[in-house]
Amino acid sequence: MAYTEEELKKELESKEYAYGFYTDIDSDTFPVGLNEDVVRAISQRKNEPAWMTEWRLEAYEAWCAMEEPDWANLNYPKPDFQAISYYSAPKTAPKYNSLDEVDPELLDTFKKLGIPIEEQKKLSGVAVDIVMDSVSVATTFKETLAEKGIIFCSISEAIKEYPDLVRKYIGTVVPRKDNYYAALNSAVFSDGSFCYIPKGVRCPMELSTYFRINQAGTGQFERTLVIADEGSYVSYLEGCTAPARDENQLHAAVVELVAMDHSEIKYSTVQNWFPGDAEGKGGVFNFVTKRGICHKSAKISWTQVETGSAVTWKYPSCILKGDDSIGEFYSIAVTNNHQQADTGTKMVHLGKRTKSTIISKGISAGTSQNSYRGLVKINSRADDARNFSQCDSLLMGNKCGAHTFPYIEVANKSAQIEHEATTSKIGEDQIFYCNQRGIETEKAIALIVNGFSKDVLNKLPMEFAVEAQKLLEISLEGSVG
Amino acid sequence: MDLQEKLVASYMAQTSATAEPSGLAKIRSAAIETFEQQGFPTKKMEEWKYTPLNKLVKTDYTVFPKKSKNLTLDEVQNYILHDVDTFKIVFVDGVYSSFLSETTHEGMDVCLLSAALSQAKYRKVIEKYFDTVADSEDSFTALNTAFGREGAFVHIPKKKRVEKPIQIIHFSTGVNQNLMLQPRNLIVVEAQSEVQIIERHQSLTDTPVLTNVVTEIFTHKGAQVDYYKIQNDHEEASLVDSTYIHQEKHSHAKVHTFSFGGQFIRNNLHFYHKDQAIQSTMKGITLVEGKQLVDHHTLVHHAHPNSESHQEYKGIYNGQSTGVFNGKIVVEQEAQKTNAFQQNNNILMSDKATINTKPQLEIFADDVRCSHGCTIGQLDETALFYLQTRGIPKKEARALLTYAFANNVLASVNIPAVKTRINALIAKKLGVNLGFNL
Repeated sequence: MAYTEEELKKELESKEYAYGFYTDIDSDTFPVGLNEDVVRAISQRKNEPAWMTEWRLEAYEAWCAMEEPDWANLNYPKPDFQAISYYSAPKTAPKYNSLDEVDPELLDTFKKLGIPIEEQKKLSGVAVDIVMDSVSVATTFKETLAEKGIIFCSISEAIKEYPDLVRKYIGTVVPRKDNYYAALNSAVFSDGSFCYIPKGVRCPMELSTYFRINQAGTGQFERTLVIADEGSYVSYLEGCTAPARDENQLHAAVVELVAMDHSEIKYSTVQNWFPGDAEGKGGVFNFVTKRGICHKSAKISWTQVETGSAVTWKYPSCILKGDDSIGEFYSIAVTNNHQQADTGTKMVHLGKRTKSTIISKGISAGTSQNSYRGLVKINSRADDARNFSQCDSLLMGNKCGAHTFPYIEVANKSAQIEHEATTSKIGEDQIFYCNQRGIETEKAIALIVNGFSKDVLNKLPMEFAVEAQKLLEISLEGSVG
Repeated sequence: MDLQEKLVASYMAQTSATAEPSGLAKIRSAAIETFEQQGFPTKKMEEWKYTPLNKLVKTDYTVFPKKSKNLTLDEVQNYILHDVDTFKIVFVDGVYSSFLSETTHEGMDVCLLSAALSQAKYRKVIEKYFDTVADSEDSFTALNTAFGREGAFVHIPKKKRVEKPIQIIHFSTGVNQNLMLQPRNLIVVEAQSEVQIIERHQSLTDTPVLTNVVTEIFTHKGAQVDYYKIQNDHEEASLVDSTYIHQEKHSHAKVHTFSFGGQFIRNNLHFYHKDQAIQSTMKGITLVEGKQLVDHHTLVHHAHPNSESHQEYKGIYNGQSTGVFNGKIVVEQEAQKTNAFQQNNNILMSDKATINTKPQLEIFADDVRCSHGCTIGQLDETALFYLQTRGIPKKEARALLTYAFANNVLASVNIPAVKTRINALIAKKLGVNLGFNL
């Protein structure tokens, strides 16, 4: 059936964020505000050792001395850090051994999200760690993984069970004073995932974390630490949703990846936080610091599909420290309505013969602003470094904006750098061709966008690729101009 | 007293000594206020992130030349295009030299800004154009607006094709220690007219000199301006060159910048589109060595539909030199059907050379074609080997390949004498004896 544009508009106006429900679960939530006592209380509540409390307090002190950055090409009301509660946990929080013990209402939530933890869990073969309102509530497949020596648990558990590992690596890739939000996260992070792959082990399944903000007036501050020991391999997935609310919610996460010699980490994100309604009301502020360090011949590959959040501020980066190491960044960022995204990557080449690839696809529709901001830095000792960057933007409608800010700093003559960027819109002739073959305009757009994003979608693990394609379609519906 | 305070004090002294029309005095006092508030840019500012000014700001520059020196033609002949007939506006240590110049008032004005500022018959033109397109918030430009009393004034009436190129040359003789020059050029080209201009800043000794030049160019409907900047100054000389171009319908402005000499060069080149169907072209070759720093900041502001801009900058960096390129293209919501292209290619010849480049697109319109490309690499080793097998020595072979790399930019130079001059400069800079008139 052929839509007229009016009909389409009407239908879309009534269409809502599919994940915008709120689950009524008793939560243990701290009163709003942030001070030293709150930091101490979080640490205490989690039964953390003294060094961790100290570590948090130092981060808090550093944060107090810092100012909120405003260099990004974003425009949003600054969050009031004293109006947020820094800890919220579903009340029935203790760890579960089997899913039968889990609060059924919580399970319902996950069912709505389509997370396969019940009967599907065996079929899907994905180990999931679920973080709700900053507290890890369920980790699946733990035993199977333990046989291989793989540790996959919540970070608060890791702090207690494997303090040496955590202490050795936490804050080494993203130091506490790295930036404003990293410092805040270091002080108040309540949970997150921890993963350790021992030497020479190839992780047999995809590891996955699912984040959800449920409680109103809370911020989510999770921390992820992935360590791949020599010669190991892991593929890690991350997904997120939040209920639809009128006020803005803050999400400030830190992800640290450590890839030891000859190891490989593949980190995929499908970010679908609540983007705010069509008028730009509400939505999640997504201020995330993600960084990985590559030792000798190691490889880190970031893949991200960014469709949600009112404001995104995110630059997954690679420090290519070891010789022959490889960094990759594949990204699709879609903004619609009043969304704003300032995202990209940093590739810092320190070792010899290091390689990096950046493929970034930005799609802007509605009245949104989409920026790519990237840095490629070749150190003077990084001989024969190689970089290829491509950032393409697709504009839909003439009220949105696409921006690119690529920084390229080269201090070595043997470097080979290529960078190209294009901006275009979907050609009328392309749509006409599709129409002529009996494909509706709406479908045609989806088809063309899919083709435009193919380079990145191909990099996603199977389970995610399907979801990501659907997300792209949903995010862009009604944006035909 | 630091340089900023000294400059502000110098301004006070100068203002009390000279009387100017009240409109102009107002512009100047607002400008010095802006400079006083902002001071010199620091590395913390995004636009100056890679361009340190520490050394410049620590030098005790003065804006008042104390002595003057008469130059003979022999001394400066090399720096003036003398094999073609041209108009010349020549300044020595910031002071007009009538002996070396050749100006005109016949059917058009090719003369001095100081004359235009002081004579009543030019008042209307000055009021209409002076300081109207320059960025009054930029602190170097504000500084120039406060001090700039001398420079070239070119006013071409409607439907006139200027037969001879116009040369604007600033010499500094070195009799004044640490001179800071503030030349100000105003170029107005009325509808359907054409003009070619060559600008050059040259110091004759190795006494440090800082030139802070601002050029405002107005191209009216269908006008064409072809502008060449030859930057091959002494190694102690520093240059901050800000050029602001106002473009009307169907106009075409072309600017070629050749940066070979000087310890510090900062180019701000801004094009503002005020109507439809406009073309802007900017091309440049940077060939530097030693501790030189060359910074190109370009801005094309597409505000109306159906316009085009082309950018092509080639950079070759030797020794410990540093290159900075920041090309910004802004396409406003209204500027549908814009075509904007930007290309920045660089070769690093030495281990200590650095290049920082940032091609930047800010696009608010959907029906546009915008692209930028940027590469950093080396000369092709196999091509080098091939040339050597044909009996061309390595040094010459390298020079040939380097020249070929930059040649695209030279292809659009429309004054043969300029092309010959640039060819010779490239050969000299590469240390080879090749004609390059291939």
